[in-house]
Amino acid sequence: MKRFVKGMKGAYSALIFLFLYAPIAVMITFSFNASKSRGTWGGFSLKWYIELFGDARIMQALGNTLFIAITAALLATIIGTAAAIGINAMRRVPQGIVMNVSYLPVLNADIVTGVSLLILFVSVGIPLGRISLLLAHMTFNIPYVILSVMPKLKQMNKHAYEAALDLGCTPLSAIVKVVLPEIMPGVVTGAILAFTLSIDDFVISFFTTGAGVGTLSTEIYSQVRRGVKPSMNALSAIMFVVVLILLIVINIRSSKDNRQASK
Amino acid sequence: MSRRRLNPEAEAASARAKMHKKPKFRLSFVALPYCVYALIFVVVPMVLVLVYSFFYHYENGGSFGFTWEFFARFFNFSDPVYMQVLWRSVWIALVSTLICLVIGYPMAYILSRMKPRIRGIVSFLFVLPMWMNFLLRTYAWMTILENTGILNTALQAIGLTDKPIQFMYSTGSVIFGNVYNFLPFMILPIYNTLIKLDGSMVEASGDLGASFGQTFRRVIFPLSLPGVSSGIMMTFMPALTTFIVSRLLGGSKISLIGDTIEKQFLSTGDYGFGSALSVILMVLTLLAMAVMGKYEKEQSATGGLLM
Repeated sequence: MKRFVKGMKGAYSALIFLFLYAPIAVMITFSFNASKSRGTWGGFSLKWYIELFGDARIMQALGNTLFIAITAALLATIIGTAAAIGINAMRRVPQGIVMNVSYLPVLNADIVTGVSLLILFVSVGIPLGRISLLLAHMTFNIPYVILSVMPKLKQMNKHAYEAALDLGCTPLSAIVKVVLPEIMPGVVTGAILAFTLSIDDFVISFFTTGAGVGTLSTEIYSQVRRGVKPSMNALSAIMFVVVLILLIVINIRSSKDNRQASK
Repeated sequence: MSRRRLNPEAEAASARAKMHKKPKFRLSFVALPYCVYALIFVVVPMVLVLVYSFFYHYENGGSFGFTWEFFARFFNFSDPVYMQVLWRSVWIALVSTLICLVIGYPMAYILSRMKPRIRGIVSFLFVLPMWMNFLLRTYAWMTILENTGILNTALQAIGLTDKPIQFMYSTGSVIFGNVYNFLPFMILPIYNTLIKLDGSMVEASGDLGASFGQTFRRVIFPLSLPGVSSGIMMTFMPALTTFIVSRLLGGSKISLIGDTIEKQFLSTGDYGFGSALSVILMVLTLLAMAVMGKYEKEQSATGGLLM
């Protein structure tokens, strides 16, 4: 009986894994398919990879995505970290108000955030393009930075900052020399989170970008809608490998940190 | 007088204030840039959505005024096209969430009972597909499910069917896509509450003569409800508001509330009606959160009793 239950558990897990990985396996396999068909195998070929790298729109979209993700993550980390420090020092009522506003983009459906920003940009007359994209990405990134930094601030000794002031620090140098080192892990987590959210975002980018300025996601959408596009398989295969390597590196790093912390 | 001595902290603070005239800088000021940013890019856009949904405005005439028109178009009981769209969206999202719960709960449970070392690797493998671009994952299912896709080719090759089966462009394929994309959002929160569950309670229940079924119903499941409710929120909300899954796997046949909003803004340019639909979606989000939040609170109350 026990062995039967164990076998069932294994079989169930295997089924779920099959379900989760089937499309990824299919895409990686078909990225090497010489035939354009989605159903039949026409021999091994690298032509979709060559087509992908020759696709000027995809390459430009990749450039845009990286530019926006890096810039938005950097600015969001600076503004968000400062915000967390300030909010933490606020009295209860204003703190509650600001935190609730911060939760809005997190809780709202992406589509609502997207259209609300579109309305803002159109009403104020900010042209839809790189700038509007950057502003939109910062808007949904900052709350996640605040939420990553906040727990570290709560753990920190409240009087460290005051002590630094008493010992003659200016407020700025007290923040940089005393507060910042304490909350650094939260800041780094927030920055990584912001960067990945930016790379991954489709819905908000879709509403706040203008003609000719695509991110990788919006470009994928417009290509996929047009039908069979085997170079998208090649793109998936590459992205999968990149994500896999990144996650393994992050996991090894964090488990090292944990071990150091437990020592 | 004695009260002051009892509070050395306050005494130190007042001494400090006397010592050097405190600079006028308050630490909370560093949040100022963010407050300005949030005001412009979070609060003002929300207000604008409300304004657009309640006011009409003609470009050329420049006239401007209050109107119920956009909401009336939605709540049109003689031709309830848009209410049907919303109902379809809610229904598809509910079914998708339910399937995710039924499939995901056992998986989360199995995962939580694995040895910690293996558990880490297995849960990593669960998260991995989520990091793939959402659109590419959905596109992959198009490759599999299409009439000329792998599944149909395989089914025809082994002779199970001679004509391709229409998997795509149906309610079923949209639900399928939702389940695929959001299943990890259901598994992970449940898994997180289950690993924190006190194992001695499960043992105690067994020692007191409960069968596994009874233990599960009376102890494990009730204690995992916070995870279940956040899992439900995390699958229901994106399933309700998606327009990608429906567009790619449902084609033009299955139109959801997300599709309708997107069309108002990006095809027909009807910002007023689009805003009204967004307001309705926001109200729905708030309602769903209130229901789940209330449930969570009740849960923690009984959870407190149980402890």
